[in-house]
Amino acid sequence: MTTVPRADTQHRPSPLNTVLKSRLFQPTLQLIALFGFTLAILTGFFGTPAGSRNFGIVFVWIVWWALLIIVLVPFFGRAWCTVCPIPAPGEWLQRRGIVQRTPGKLRTLGKRFPKRLKNMWLQNFGFLTIATFSAIILTRPNISAGVLLGFIVVAVALSILYDNRVFCRYVCPVGGFIGLYAMMSPLELRVRDCQTCREHGAKDCVVGNEKGYGCPWMVYPGNLTRNTYCGLCFECMKTCPKDNITLRLRPFGSDLFVAKERRLDEAYKAFIMLGCALVYSTVLLGHWGWIKNWANMDSLPHWLIYAVGLWVFNLALIPGLFWVTTWMGRKITRANVPQRDLFVSFAYTLVPLGLAAWIAFSLGFVFVNGSYAISVISDPFGWGWNLFGTANAAWTPFAPQLLNFLQVGILMIGLMVAVNTAYRIARQHHSVHQQAFAAMLPIAGLLTLITGTFLWLYLG
Amino acid sequence: MMRRLLPKRGVLATMFAMLLIAVWFIQLPASAASTAHTLTLDMRQFEFTPGRFEVQQGDTVTILLTASDVVHGFYLDGYGIEQRVEPGISQQISFTADQAGKFRYRCAVSCGTLHPFMIGELVVNTNFPFWRALAMLGVSLIGSLVYLSFGAKQS
Repeated sequence: MTTVPRADTQHRPSPLNTVLKSRLFQPTLQLIALFGFTLAILTGFFGTPAGSRNFGIVFVWIVWWALLIIVLVPFFGRAWCTVCPIPAPGEWLQRRGIVQRTPGKLRTLGKRFPKRLKNMWLQNFGFLTIATFSAIILTRPNISAGVLLGFIVVAVALSILYDNRVFCRYVCPVGGFIGLYAMMSPLELRVRDCQTCREHGAKDCVVGNEKGYGCPWMVYPGNLTRNTYCGLCFECMKTCPKDNITLRLRPFGSDLFVAKERRLDEAYKAFIMLGCALVYSTVLLGHWGWIKNWANMDSLPHWLIYAVGLWVFNLALIPGLFWVTTWMGRKITRANVPQRDLFVSFAYTLVPLGLAAWIAFSLGFVFVNGSYAISVISDPFGWGWNLFGTANAAWTPFAPQLLNFLQVGILMIGLMVAVNTAYRIARQHHSVHQQAFAAMLPIAGLLTLITGTFLWLYLG
Repeated sequence: MMRRLLPKRGVLATMFAMLLIAVWFIQLPASAASTAHTLTLDMRQFEFTPGRFEVQQGDTVTILLTASDVVHGFYLDGYGIEQRVEPGISQQISFTADQAGKFRYRCAVSCGTLHPFMIGELVVNTNFPFWRALAMLGVSLIGSLVYLSFGAKQS
């Protein structure tokens, strides 16, 4: 594997270094986010039931979502996890403090999280479950608030049972896809020199010291090769006595080529995310009213057909198509590589395309519905307030004529990066160029077909 | 010798990028003949009937808007047409479909839970933006394959 250049963003000492090492940094951001999160829950329960006039719906599913998928994840990876308020109450309870490092162990029941669940499968099924009810959750303020509150309750419960951020690492449905798509980010937290870590026996980054806690995400930074499971809490940066941890800039998508950590649960995360982007683009942005009503539970039989269809599409149809294409590539090249290995490896080609698809989908409703935020900020509960004088701002779609340009451009970039990724992954399995090229051709065909489907949905 | 004959990767990438831009912005002739269309578009939570209709570029379109259950609104992307429609009181709008492509019409009055996703589609043929996008898809795929093929040989 070729080594790609990295640019260290933290010269020692630097203002960024000082900020990230400050114990105030993360709690301050979390407290601000917790205020917004609490407001979203309160407005959800006590505000107007009209979603487009309710802060809980507009700011969570339009403003936050757009910020997350269009800006934070592609450019800053797991930066949202730095700020996320959901695990904060549980973590503060564990630590018996918010800012300063409390001496002693974390206060939990010290249970061991089941080994068989230490993967992304819970997150995969959690996301699919949310997706199954998405037409309800995204549009009913009280149900949306209930889901958000449920996240906090589960996070606190798990932080009472288990040490560290078990919720974030193994359960959070949002954290799962952020981790997957954080592989595309040009920002990474890594050690400066691996040898320094190997020679340092105390491993303060794992066990903690007086300056900070051991990694809450249960990651050993010395072995960190991908962004997937690093929550950017910067505890390791605070605890490392060798000042060996830094944030670096690197080419987009560098983590996709780390072969040794590829896994079936992550592959399925890629299938599910791409599949859900297709389903949402069809159901929510399409013109088929009957399918919207099915997703909206107009009757139980209709909704059951929709739910079963969604799960079969994501867990069987998309992976099945992908299995066939990798099998074709294997047959063409007569490769002596297990089919399962190729299936899992090539699934990472869906990461850039999936991220592009989610950005294109999100632009489709953010451009149109973003203006609701202007009125809602002045009247978050829909009670007739006018805090900033914008409560009566009219709904105004933003530049609908620009939307298609952006969607097409983003999907094309996603396709080209995905094809390039497919080739580079193929080269990891085939040393000869012609073989690698032939092996990835069926996959390139499938990627093109999927991109074409998105184009048809948006423009056709 | 062969290596010297192959274009450099940067040149290839630039060529394909320019081709992509050209495909998107190239001007295509519009159809000359125009027809008048009249249709009734009914709105109910959370769908339009018909959910999609097609006309030719240059056609004159007259739509009688009706609402079957609650107050709805009609907003046509790209054309900026907006009309509020109350149950029992139909409204009429007319416009010339002078822009080609797919344009979504949406409910413009908050009408219930799925209001933001109450969407229909007007397709003004020939749908050049879609065909351009498909051409770009082809150029992107071929460009990527050529780039990888030549690039790998060079490296």
